[in-house]
Amino acid sequence: MTERPRLKQVFMDGLWHQNTGLVVLLGLCPLLAVTGTVVNGLGLGLATLLTLVASNLSVSWLRGLLRPEIRIPAFVLIIASVVTVIQLLMQAFVHDLYRVLGIFIPLIVTNCAIIGRAEAFASRHHPLAAMVDGLATGLGFCLTLVLLGALRELLGRGTLLSQAHLMFGEAGRALELTVLPHYEGFLLAILPPGAFIGLGLLVAARNWLQARRVRRSAVLNKALGAA
Amino acid sequence: MSGKTTGVAHQVLSSAGLLALIAILGTGLLAAVNELTRERIAEQERQALIRQLGRVLPEGAYDNDPLGDTLTLRHDSLSRSDEAVRVYRARKGEQPVAVVLDHVAPDGYNGDIQLLTSILADGRISGVRVVSHRETPGLGDPIEAERSDWILAFTGRSLEDPEPERWGVTRDGGVFDQFTGATITPRAVVEAVQRALEYHQANRDALYRRNEQKRDD
Repeated sequence: MTERPRLKQVFMDGLWHQNTGLVVLLGLCPLLAVTGTVVNGLGLGLATLLTLVASNLSVSWLRGLLRPEIRIPAFVLIIASVVTVIQLLMQAFVHDLYRVLGIFIPLIVTNCAIIGRAEAFASRHHPLAAMVDGLATGLGFCLTLVLLGALRELLGRGTLLSQAHLMFGEAGRALELTVLPHYEGFLLAILPPGAFIGLGLLVAARNWLQARRVRRSAVLNKALGAA
Repeated sequence: MSGKTTGVAHQVLSSAGLLALIAILGTGLLAAVNELTRERIAEQERQALIRQLGRVLPEGAYDNDPLGDTLTLRHDSLSRSDEAVRVYRARKGEQPVAVVLDHVAPDGYNGDIQLLTSILADGRISGVRVVSHRETPGLGDPIEAERSDWILAFTGRSLEDPEPERWGVTRDGGVFDQFTGATITPRAVVEAVQRALEYHQANRDALYRRNEQKRDD
């Protein structure tokens, strides 16, 4: 085992510095496919978040037993089991949302971000750190999905959180916002090219923010150094 | 040398055993969760179907359980030829009220459009809904009742209303609107509903016949 990582650092890595969708660019298939609306993005994001936490925890618990030669098939088995459990639970408890997300739930198995975290982090760290890492990576991915979904839904349909009742029940209808009434719609945003362009814009925005942060801290350090 | 071979064999076997153990744990977990959720999932699917049937059937006009009164048939005009079409029958006492056909418009812009069409015993439509489709978002999806009222235009129609040559989208000289930028999707739905009506007219009595699996004719 490597030295104990600082949990805050682990958290910030997953959420910002190594954000799966915006920096590492893993798991793009679901990212691009389901982000037509906020609710779809949130649904798949939460399912992926749960998968990441559960698979990271299981891998970390079993890490003492796992030999290098069987670790990949073992990861696949663990992740596939976790995803199937989540699929069954969604089918039982959020049935309407399950009908919308349909095929993308089993496809979480193929999200390389999950096996990536199992291999690069969970199999080398104790369960608490692995859980924090799964949580942060999942949150980062989920936020990316929601942001991209919001961008595309707003541009494409002029609404936000439409069909929220699929996730939150009848109370969810109150959350549905028509931001731009009588909006004609902007088809490109909803179609697949809109997903690529939207993702590109989000990546650019994140890079810009990051560059600004670095510049500011450099200026700050200089000022401190001079003082 | 032999010691080394034994070592390798031991390692391979214990790796395989470990993998098998993980597989057994995973399978056990799945079996348990499946057992716990099975009834609830079946119930959810039933409820979803009841809600869908409730949207197309005339409210309060029947007193049986259409979900328990079904028949399965195959016909080229209702689905791709190898696929079964499910029919739910609504009755009041022994009187036929309506049949709901779970049929397919095979010629959508992006493949199959799954429809529920409810036809009253007198040949009028009491409701049509799209169950699933892969039409272009923003262009073809006004066929969903959640997105526009278009699909409601079928309610009350029959093979005679409008007359056969007007059973089509506006572009083809018919009475049903098309959408801006999308003609293929509404055309596919209109034609599928018309075919369902024609099938109903030709096979009405057979559709209501009890306890018999009807086959292709």
